[in-house]
Amino acid sequence: MSPSSEPPLERRAIISGIGQSAVGRHLGRTDLDLTLEACLAAVADAGLTRDDIDGLATYPGMGTGTPGFAGPTTPEVQDALRLRLDWHDGGGEGPGQMRALIAACLAVAAGLARHVLVYRTVSESTAQGSGGRQGIGGGGGGGGGVPRFSGFLQWTLPFGAVSAVNWIALVAQRRMHEFGLTREQLAQIALNARRNAAANPAAVYRDPMGLSDYLGARMISTPLCLFDCDAPSDGSTAFVVSHRDYAVDTPRPACHVNAVGTALRGRPSWDQFDDPTTMAARDAAASMWERTELQPSDVDVAQLYDGFSILTMVWLEALGFCGRGESGAFVEDGVAIGPHGVLPLNTAGGQLSGGRLHGFGLIHEACVQLRGEGGERQVLRRGGSLPEVAAVSNGGGPIAGTLLLTRGAG
Amino acid sequence: MALAHGPTIRLLPRIVQENEFFWTSGSDGRLRFLRCRQCSTYVHPPAPRCPECLSEDVSPEVVSGRATVVAYTVNVQQWIPGSDPYLIGLVAIDEQESVRLTTNLVEVEPEEVRNGMAVEVVFEHHDDVYLPLFRPVATGTGTS
Repeated sequence: MSPSSEPPLERRAIISGIGQSAVGRHLGRTDLDLTLEACLAAVADAGLTRDDIDGLATYPGMGTGTPGFAGPTTPEVQDALRLRLDWHDGGGEGPGQMRALIAACLAVAAGLARHVLVYRTVSESTAQGSGGRQGIGGGGGGGGGVPRFSGFLQWTLPFGAVSAVNWIALVAQRRMHEFGLTREQLAQIALNARRNAAANPAAVYRDPMGLSDYLGARMISTPLCLFDCDAPSDGSTAFVVSHRDYAVDTPRPACHVNAVGTALRGRPSWDQFDDPTTMAARDAAASMWERTELQPSDVDVAQLYDGFSILTMVWLEALGFCGRGESGAFVEDGVAIGPHGVLPLNTAGGQLSGGRLHGFGLIHEACVQLRGEGGERQVLRRGGSLPEVAAVSNGGGPIAGTLLLTRGAG
Repeated sequence: MALAHGPTIRLLPRIVQENEFFWTSGSDGRLRFLRCRQCSTYVHPPAPRCPECLSEDVSPEVVSGRATVVAYTVNVQQWIPGSDPYLIGLVAIDEQESVRLTTNLVEVEPEEVRNGMAVEVVFEHHDDVYLPLFRPVATGTGTS
């Protein structure tokens, strides 16, 4: 950031409250039910009532994706809570799942709202029932009733590349070719998540897992196995994003937004992006560091997207925690990314073991850590103080957003 | 393991004016991409203007059908019931490295596939669609 430039506008925003519903597999509750639980928890946590909420935002909004993916729309939540809104936003296009939170930051910075409720809800575990995980195309069917596909999906579905795991497996294979990444190195992302999940009572998978378990798991799309994929879950995560003026009044420590990363400079495509080993993470991360005087070495704890393990490796490099192609060596023995390492990573178990809360669970855990509420899994800096800076990333392929949070004002 | 060319059911593209030339190109055994007549850029996916020079003078042109494997994966999960494992490839066409296709690699075993391997198009016909799949270029006729 050049010395003469004004601080980025997102720095006027804080996360004043956090909330999470029950999280689990096959909870059998409606997505609106889960959402209200999380939202009311976040509002109370912020020391507010629903009368104070004048903004509402979600990702991805109306009618998007496979069953259980989208969660309730903002009109449904607004009406269920009878909110009187000055600003509202729901949508799926933007810098990753956190686009809703970034939009909320800009709304409070612009004065469009003072306290924005932001939520992301998934009920994919219940929606999928016992039928297993679906591909993007919905798993096919037979006869003349099979739908035809347009847009990006027309370029992948005909070839049986029906899930993001296929598209991301290509990233992983290419990284093995270019950088010598091994399955044993990749396993460290999943093993670290499982170890951390053991200290998170809300995590969906907490049983111990070793390298032999990982290497013995069934393949999904080589080189990615079952444990490289996150676990479809039910749950809702909510935040209150407020103007920083409110920071003095929050019951819990405010998490200050220091910078966001929103860039997409390469082609917005899974298979046409210029560098298939990085994709949009490269651009989003670069744009975040352009907006702050903080450095990667200032980050005390990282919550990096792990919808698939390989994406975390991509993010480690994109955010500059290690060099390009060096994430395999960086995670190799699990020490650097462990709770006492140089970069404690995905401290609640990430999505791989904590549950697929689709980006928002990672933001939630960043706040938990900065607020010192991690309990058994609380990360401390050398010397025993609470973490000051947390980095969060969301997304994979051409979808990417990043967030830098600080415990004090930036 | 038995390796299939692809899933048991091919989910097919919806043919519209913009993409018809591409998905029916294999009817004469040849692969085509849009190409800009002004700056010679190959344009993919199809678009009304050249994204480089913004010329509207773009039209389908036959290419060699030769490509290079950028990355590959063996899909094992049965997204579509009854499917045997199959090879998904990401290939870059010889004429312009930045133009890639997600495809199936066929007539090759997974352990024989290599990044950088030279492949050539072979079409699989379904209804009104000719899917461009890729197989290794026969030995001795590799591309330069």
